[in-house]
Amino acid sequence: MRLSYPTNVKIIRVPCTGKVDVLYLLKTFQSGADGVFVAACMEGDCHYLTGNLRARKRVEYAKKILDAVGIGGERLEMYNMSAADGPRFVKVANEMTERIKTLGPNPVKRFRVTNVQEKPCEEMCP
Amino acid sequence: MIIGSGKPIKDILAMIEGCTKILIIGCRGCVTVCSAGGEKEVGILASALTMARQQEGKPIEIKEMTLERQCDPEYLEQIRGVVDEYGAVVSIACGAGVQFVAEKYRKIPVFPGINTNFIGVTEEQGVWTERCQACGDCKLHLTGGICPIARCSKSLLNGPCGGSANGKCEVNPEVLCGWQLIYDRLKELGRLDLLEVIIPINDWSTSRDGGPRKIVREDLKL
Amino acid sequence: MTSDSRLEKILERGEFTVTSECGPPRGADPEVIRKKGELIKAAVDAINITDNQTSVVRMSSFSSCVILKQLGIDPVLQMVTRDRNRIALQSDLLGASALGINNVLCLSGDHQKFGDHPTAKNVYDIDSIQLIQTVKRMRDEGKFLGGDELKGVPRFFIGASANPFADPFEFRVVRLAKKVAAGAQFIQTQCIFNLDRFRRWMEQVRDRGLHEKVHILGGVTP
Repeated sequence: MRLSYPTNVKIIRVPCTGKVDVLYLLKTFQSGADGVFVAACMEGDCHYLTGNLRARKRVEYAKKILDAVGIGGERLEMYNMSAADGPRFVKVANEMTERIKTLGPNPVKRFRVTNVQEKPCEEMCP
Repeated sequence: MIIGSGKPIKDILAMIEGCTKILIIGCRGCVTVCSAGGEKEVGILASALTMARQQEGKPIEIKEMTLERQCDPEYLEQIRGVVDEYGAVVSIACGAGVQFVAEKYRKIPVFPGINTNFIGVTEEQGVWTERCQACGDCKLHLTGGICPIARCSKSLLNGPCGGSANGKCEVNPEVLCGWQLIYDRLKELGRLDLLEVIIPINDWSTSRDGGPRKIVREDLKL
Repeated sequence: MTSDSRLEKILERGEFTVTSECGPPRGADPEVIRKKGELIKAAVDAINITDNQTSVVRMSSFSSCVILKQLGIDPVLQMVTRDRNRIALQSDLLGASALGINNVLCLSGDHQKFGDHPTAKNVYDIDSIQLIQTVKRMRDEGKFLGGDELKGVPRFFIGASANPFADPFEFRVVRLAKKVAAGAQFIQTQCIFNLDRFRRWMEQVRDRGLHEKVHILGGVTP
């Protein structure tokens, strides 16, 4: 459709949102993502019947954990849309980007600790 | 199986305050089946704790391991080589497992990451309910296979009490009256005669009231 | 006559009997009980004192009965099995008899969730039917539950409650029969609002001949 959406949105494709696990969602934030949205098929249209319903429940659960650890459940959201609905995807991407901009960067990056040790070049590559 | 459920993350954070390196161990037994302490839950807890501590500027290094069980000494040996490197162990096995780890590894603090709730069954995916109180003197043959001690809120042996209404326990409308269940089952089995007999006063000495319990099988000892 | 109870005398004579209930105060003031007793003493044959009813802590039934006794009233000591084990219950029975309390109503008791201390541990060492058996054993066999002989046998008129309005309906009379078999001599029913159901219950009671074995007092409330 050649619609443009914000460049900060990175897409990770899965065969069905039913594959999205709570652990993946958490690890994404752990590695520094500022926000995550799960784009699922419309309820009732899931090719695997209930994958998107399970995804919704897992997203709710992950949001609670994110609240409990201080990241904030608002950084994670689930949206239903048809795979053919390009404009909706763009709208959601924009909405989410605005929301994350307001929330600011992921707090885990606040005290970024670098594990790189200061060593002279010769020692690192003899 | 033993049913457990995760402790609030803030409680676990308070336990590991001051630690910079911890080991989280899960168990592939009961707690995996009830999704409280298996490999997946170890990963989720590790990620959550890492993020929480990172934000406070007090990063923590976490190693994740999941043992077959934590209630048998042979499996606990698997962490013998690594455990000394850590400031604490958070075990998300049931209370028996957590204690056994603490017993075998006396020099390192061992913290519980879940609450052990009860002995129960999976009613449907995601829903577990209590069935057994480990009273040590099973009477299920007298009550149509339904336990009055575990499923009656008052553990009456000659119930139901006057608070049973529409098959529900007055204590909690979500709890089925154990004695209504017993009555219905015995009716289906054609054994209502069993309910005409007074079940005598219980010997609680075989349950927790008698003190911590032990079973020895001489035929199995090496 | 199994006791010195005025209530027993009147019921045995076949006369129409009226009893009432007093709730003890939520404090240490004996005047509250005395006032209540004085108010109704002329109109009733005996007065029940509830035992931490609804699991709300009040002055004990035991002590309140003693206060009423001092006013010349025939008290009915209500005993629930929720708060005391068989050791304490037998002990209190001996004390009650020693202080001239002749009537005891045996109950399981409302679960502590309803009361002002919902986090308390409950006891339910024995249930109401087993308590009836206990009183009878002490009175008629002169023995403790454990088997030892009593030095000084208590005399009691034993009562129990019945709830024709709880479920399962078909089982309520069977349970009443068990209470009678255990030794209950008088029954006080829960408040009757549904006359039709009470009528049907009484039919079943008569079918089993229970009306000839036990005195039934119907509960009414304004």
